Amino acid sequence: MKIPPCLRRLLALCLLACLPLTAQAQEDDGQSLLASLDAASYAQMGGAIEAIVDSGDPRSRDWLEALLGGKLQRHKESGRFVVVLENRGRNWPVVDALTGEDLGEMSRRELDRIGINNSLRGQLQSVLAVLDLRVDDVGARREAARDLLGQVDEAMVAPLQDLLEAEGDAEVARLLAQGLAIHRLEQGQVAAVDVLAGSLNGEVRSALSSAARSDDPALAEAAEAALAGIDQKLRLNRGLETLYFGLSLGSVLVLAAIGLAITFGVMGVINMAHGELMMLGAYTTWAMQQLLPGQPGLALLLAIPAGFLVAALAGIAIERGVIQFLKGRPLETLLATFGVSLILQQLVRTVISPLNRTVVTPEWMSGSLMINEGLSLTLNRLYVLGFAMLVFAGLMLVMRRTRLGLEVRAVTQNRAMARAMGIRATRVDIMTFALGSGVAGLAGVALSQLTNVGPNLGQNYIIDSFMVVVFGGVGNLWGTLVAGLSLGVINQVLEPWAGAVLAKILVLVFIILFIQKRPRGLFPQKGRAAEG
Amino acid sequence: MWLTRPFRERATQLFLGVLLAALAAVTLLNLALPAEHPLHVSTYTVTLLGKYLSYALLAVAVDLVWGYLGILSLGHGAFFALGGYAMGMYLMRQIGDRGVYGDPLLPDFMVFLDWDALPWYWLGFDMPWFAFLMVLLAPGLLALVFGFLAFRSRVTGVYLSIITQALTFALMLAFFRNEMGFGGNNGLTDFKELLGFDLRSDATRLGLFLATGVALAVGYVLCRAIVVSKLGRVCVATRDAEARTRFLGYRVERFQLFVFVVSAMLAGVAGALYVPQVGIINPSEFSPIFSIEIVLWVALGGRATLYGAVIGAILVNYAKTVFTGVMPDAWLFALGGMFVLVTVLLPRGIAGLLAYRLRRRAPSSPESPAPREVSA
Repeated sequence: MKIPPCLRRLLALCLLACLPLTAQAQEDDGQSLLASLDAASYAQMGGAIEAIVDSGDPRSRDWLEALLGGKLQRHKESGRFVVVLENRGRNWPVVDALTGEDLGEMSRRELDRIGINNSLRGQLQSVLAVLDLRVDDVGARREAARDLLGQVDEAMVAPLQDLLEAEGDAEVARLLAQGLAIHRLEQGQVAAVDVLAGSLNGEVRSALSSAARSDDPALAEAAEAALAGIDQKLRLNRGLETLYFGLSLGSVLVLAAIGLAITFGVMGVINMAHGELMMLGAYTTWAMQQLLPGQPGLALLLAIPAGFLVAALAGIAIERGVIQFLKGRPLETLLATFGVSLILQQLVRTVISPLNRTVVTPEWMSGSLMINEGLSLTLNRLYVLGFAMLVFAGLMLVMRRTRLGLEVRAVTQNRAMARAMGIRATRVDIMTFALGSGVAGLAGVALSQLTNVGPNLGQNYIIDSFMVVVFGGVGNLWGTLVAGLSLGVINQVLEPWAGAVLAKILVLVFIILFIQKRPRGLFPQKGRAAEG
Repeated sequence: MWLTRPFRERATQLFLGVLLAALAAVTLLNLALPAEHPLHVSTYTVTLLGKYLSYALLAVAVDLVWGYLGILSLGHGAFFALGGYAMGMYLMRQIGDRGVYGDPLLPDFMVFLDWDALPWYWLGFDMPWFAFLMVLLAPGLLALVFGFLAFRSRVTGVYLSIITQALTFALMLAFFRNEMGFGGNNGLTDFKELLGFDLRSDATRLGLFLATGVALAVGYVLCRAIVVSKLGRVCVATRDAEARTRFLGYRVERFQLFVFVVSAMLAGVAGALYVPQVGIINPSEFSPIFSIEIVLWVALGGRATLYGAVIGAILVNYAKTVFTGVMPDAWLFALGGMFVLVTVLLPRGIAGLLAYRLRRRAPSSPESPAPREVSA
């Protein structure tokens, strides 16, 4: 409930008026604990903080945190302790430190800050860290233990030792041991290096590298060795990460190109509108999410068949409307489908919007999968990678195990003969084109999770897709897979030292040169089909 | 002399006659009539027409390789832009210290990027002869290297189209980079004078228009001469049956390479004439969509006719000027629709329609071989 400010001020005044009464009624240990904080000099405050921690009061964490942030203050008139919620502007919203009741807003001039100095700040930080380690939630404890790395000081050693012995969770225990070891390392104990060796945490690494510069030769040597091991591991992790990003980029290329591999490789049709079919798939995802507000996950799952259908239907329309009239004139299908792509783009701009649409990423797809402290994989890319592999496997099955696949291969190899055997070649053409277009739609659904969904979405992928098909060898699904994944990885490997644009240029140059050596791609078609 | 052979053709005489008459008419209507006269051609229109003519020269270059050699180049925009950049660099150096920052040596964008010296590849561009040579050499060399690699390994048909597209795409990405030293995505602009003539004066603009017209005429005659020569016959043979021509003993790739380089140089000249008239050159000329558009001009006009390419380029660009002025959203619909309709309904373009009409009137007129595409 929102209370208008004037009313709130009135309320606060009323509360202030009856303050002595309530304060008396609620006299508890907290009041005296806080009072000892306030009354003491800096030197004595340390003791007061200890006392608060020892009291085990459930509110103590809030108090100490407020004290650390300078938000624990005392009302000048009543001597009442308050916690300031937000110290911006002239009037600050405050709550009672003891009861937590809302006291409305108070002017900054009415309040007295309980100041602290730097040594107290350090003490408070460590005390708070230890307090966090006492909570029941394992996740929170891990978080706290991770934050503690490099922050341990002498005062914390004893309580941390106790906590370490009592700790049930192995991960928390490991982190605590490392935290203590960093402290011991700073004291110059060589044995601490063993505990730290192999950890990928940045704090551990910086502690070790400062130890490697120490005067003690034994310590320096041990730290040096541990650092080398860690660096080795980090390099490996970075390599794995590059590979992962490369593969995920490559899987997008595979998704985009594999539909082309079917229409281009099988039918000899250069479909420049392929990118726009992908765009249709992406917009289908967006439309699904508009239809099912609040359920992005379900909408995304439903968008998979819907995107396939929409793109496949559009593909059939393109085949019937344009391509069937251009049999055997591949260069002219290129021009005609380019026209179709322009029309589709402008259609989306006119009907929906020239601006990008946002597609929501469902919760189970966001975030990342943490393998270790040096390597975490973003989930949405992982899903897209898996999805690409599924689509690839599905297409393989269709081409190898179904009647349609058999007929498609027959028509590709010898159209006249296939017709003589009773295969309706025109129907096969339509189905093939619908299949290739539908896969483009699937690619669009996947892309909607990675990039902006807009009228230019297709344009950004069409040239890359053709490169993948040409690189892989036309009409070869395995070639498309290998080419897509390797181009993705090559791009990702080049990027750190060449920059994104130059990497792309280098990849293009590489393909142009590659075609010198193998004009028909990685896996060329062999036999009579190759001459067709 | 092989170069004079085209002048003996009726079609070429007709084309040159129409072109020269048009140039003379525009000049006359621009100079002789007062500005308020309804038939007066404004300088703005003259520049616009000059732009169309440079596009027409570009289309002739594309038609030479596509119509007579069967190479569907989706990268001629790159040669056009390279010629344009060579000219742009010359014009940039002519600005001297009249730029915004007043630096006598460095163009504005380099001062803006804190460069302290002119990159080596800018050297010499203050001399017109060097710059004009580069207009020919830059696209020519690129075409030579690229064509050598492509034709030697017998990349043909669809593959060649896709690679040429990748080539222009790669160049576009490169020229968009500020570090390249070509002005990044702003390109080169703010030109002042060409060979000492003020680029903003009406006389210079008319002169550029006329120069473009003459270049188009020369380019047309050159292409026509190639086409009717024995070389041209080999090209057509290659287009229609590459393997058979090879078996007859012709080194097909040499013919392809030669014609491809000539075509690239013509495209470069077109670019060089385009830049001073438009006043800017930027990486968008490298965009694949522009290169494909050029092919549409040729397809609409009629492949393998040369004059068809000129008609197509002027018609489409006139339509573009009208559409983008009146209803900008409709232009892509119109362009896309043209692509579809021309390829499906008008495979031989407007020139094909004209020839059909002419043949019906005079059944004995000789007929040029129709382009026939052999699937790769």
